[in-house]
Amino acid sequence: MKIVIRSTVIFFSLLLMACGGKEEKKKEGFSVDREKTKTEKPAEAVAATSTVSPSERVYLENKGVGPIKSVTLSPDIDMALAKKGEETYSQMCMACHRIDKKFIGPAPTGVLKRRSPEWVMNMILNPEVMVKEDPLAKELMAEFNGAPMANQGLTEDQARSILEYFRTLE
Amino acid sequence: MKKYSLYLVAILGSVLFLSGCGDQNGKASSNGALASNNAEKVYVAPGEHDEFYAFMSGGYSGNVAVYGLPSGRMFKEIPVFSQFPTNGYGYSEETKPMLETSFGFIPADDSHHPDISQTNGELDGRWLFINGNNTPRIARIDLKTFETAEIIEVPNSAGNHSSSYITENSEYVVAGTRFSVPIPQRDMPIKDYKGNFKGALSFISVEPETGSMDIKFQLIMPGFNYDLSHPGRGKSHGWFFFTTYNTEEANSLLEVNASQNDKDFIAAVNWKKIEEYVENGGGTMVPANYTHNVYSDETHSATSTMKKEVLTVDPTKVPGAIFFMPTPKSPHGVDVNPTGDYIVGNGKLSADLTVFSFDKMIAAIDGKKFDGEAYGLPILKFEDVLAGQVKSGGLGPLHTEFDGQGNAYTTFFISSEVVKWKVGTWEVIDRKPTFYSVGHCMIPGGNSRKPFGKYLVSMNKITKDRYLPTGPELEHSAQLYDISGDKMELIYDFPTHGEPHYAAAIPASILAPKSQKIYKLAENEHPFATKNVSDARIVHDGNEVHVYMAMIRSHFTPDNIEGIKVGDKVYFHITNHEQDFDVPHGFMMIGQKNSGLLIMPGQTKTSVWEPKQEGVWPFYCTDFCSALHQEMQGYVRVSPAKSNIDLSWSLGE
Repeated sequence: MKIVIRSTVIFFSLLLMACGGKEEKKKEGFSVDREKTKTEKPAEAVAATSTVSPSERVYLENKGVGPIKSVTLSPDIDMALAKKGEETYSQMCMACHRIDKKFIGPAPTGVLKRRSPEWVMNMILNPEVMVKEDPLAKELMAEFNGAPMANQGLTEDQARSILEYFRTLE
Repeated sequence: MKKYSLYLVAILGSVLFLSGCGDQNGKASSNGALASNNAEKVYVAPGEHDEFYAFMSGGYSGNVAVYGLPSGRMFKEIPVFSQFPTNGYGYSEETKPMLETSFGFIPADDSHHPDISQTNGELDGRWLFINGNNTPRIARIDLKTFETAEIIEVPNSAGNHSSSYITENSEYVVAGTRFSVPIPQRDMPIKDYKGNFKGALSFISVEPETGSMDIKFQLIMPGFNYDLSHPGRGKSHGWFFFTTYNTEEANSLLEVNASQNDKDFIAAVNWKKIEEYVENGGGTMVPANYTHNVYSDETHSATSTMKKEVLTVDPTKVPGAIFFMPTPKSPHGVDVNPTGDYIVGNGKLSADLTVFSFDKMIAAIDGKKFDGEAYGLPILKFEDVLAGQVKSGGLGPLHTEFDGQGNAYTTFFISSEVVKWKVGTWEVIDRKPTFYSVGHCMIPGGNSRKPFGKYLVSMNKITKDRYLPTGPELEHSAQLYDISGDKMELIYDFPTHGEPHYAAAIPASILAPKSQKIYKLAENEHPFATKNVSDARIVHDGNEVHVYMAMIRSHFTPDNIEGIKVGDKVYFHITNHEQDFDVPHGFMMIGQKNSGLLIMPGQTKTSVWEPKQEGVWPFYCTDFCSALHQEMQGYVRVSPAKSNIDLSWSLGE
């Protein structure tokens, strides 16, 4: 009998718990209050050198992997070419790259302070190989949640015009 | 006792072992080396490509399926006359017009005979034509994209069976009627068929540059059943040959009543003569209703136009253009050899093949040696035009193909075999069984002046016992024969989808380099395209809502939509922004009543969604595109019909 009473109490308290709670919680997000296991060791600390995220890191000597071996930039920006580049960029790249904010991929503003022009063009023209063979591109893909850069089938001239456009983004 | 059962096992085992050794290639062989040789002939190693593309009609599927030879692997199903949920063909707003007919929207058909376009009698690999048998239509498939580009309906026709064969410069694709009908259609007693029903043979011109089709003229023939057809080649170019049955003009119990005559006819049509007659103003324009549906790769959309008249030709008005050759007995297939010298007619109810000589036919016509007439059209004397007969000993000959080395291959439906014979001497060289009840056979290029006589494919109607059972219905079987040697060798078989009637095949080396990989976004002229993500937007128009959406790995722009109301009609116009080969994206929306979409790189497609319930409803991409494919989704908030929530949309906010 005692057992019956006890189980009834448990049953109803479970029922109450199930019914309780408001429909919408005001608190944003959620947290899990779970005791951390002690058995697993925390992962090895990442090498101290890479406190700067890959997208912020300056790595100008890397030319990347792809068809572009060397690019010579004239001292002055070719504004007509940059204009063409802007058009192509807004049609082919804007789905994933916003000029001055991190979106699906990194923002291009100031990219030429961090990357060589060759690297930028190779990334545009040869993304599948870059994320496999270029160590920085590999890290970038990890930083951006594994979203691969789409090969948009641009010509070298189109990629060059986009590069010129990037020069205008300081 | 124990010993006894051991013996039993041993005996049973050896019986099984022995029966396992016999192959079904007509010869019992335990030669493992030979068997593995056959396996090697059809094995296409990972990463390697097949030598031929074979386009097989899907019969009651209404479509065309593409197989590789020799592997038998199916690469693609091309939707033609039937709705296709896989990619939304016939469901999306852009492709619905492709299935419009004078009878309204027809989402199914029975596709029979594919034929590849030719230049100078050789396959040029530009287009594939195929007939819709039930609701008479001819479709043109673009072999750059493997998509249906155009469908023209054929008026005054029924059972569009003697189709869609093309002349040797793709001047015309024909659409001959299997069933004669009243022309024009009208309410009349069926018993009055004889003398009143007519058979229309339609000659559809093909524009040399674009492939665009138009009915140039319709021959209004006596009310026989025009079963199959074949164009002349080489010296017989300019002629077209049609088999007939039911020259009795019976209208009931045709199995008996249409098999009374000892001979039916092959109608020989000098189309060049009729073309000339038409060019000089001949023929009568009559009212008709038929649709002409054209798909554009620029607008990614189809348009359907109703045509109102068609030019008909009374054959008796063009003397010297049409002759009947008596052919035993209820002939089905008619085939012309690659040089164009011989016309082979196969009587379904005859054991022998009848071969006519084109030269003899011309001589008989020139000598005006006629054996009477039918409805004013001259009948040639059988003996005058006969080149020879193949005494095959088989039953139910149907179709003949050629290997380009002077040999012909004829299928026998009743005796289930392929018979190889020599053109000119008419002697049987070889015969091989098929499993079972074979219809057409096909040799790549076998319909042209230059066959690629390495393989023969037989298309069989019955499959039982051949493969693992799949309930009462089995896919039909195709059998692959190596015909490169003196003897045919059955080297492989594979299931085929639908009811494949006939096939056309072409070396991959002709098609593969021309294969289109993407649609250029810059050339997308779709009126609802979103070529620039900054143009993604939503436009309200009464209770119609047009969502201009873009997609790329791995998100939609926009992905959050609010302000849709119950009772709205929401058009999702979605543009795939990828410019990379083989990266289509999919779209499905909860509660979507038509099919989902599969949108190719650079393409725009539209699907309609009509929300019936308030709530927040998700949509997502159905084609796995990247590691973040699962995350390629969005929500539509649906508010009550009277709510005042404004339309809004966002991405990443």
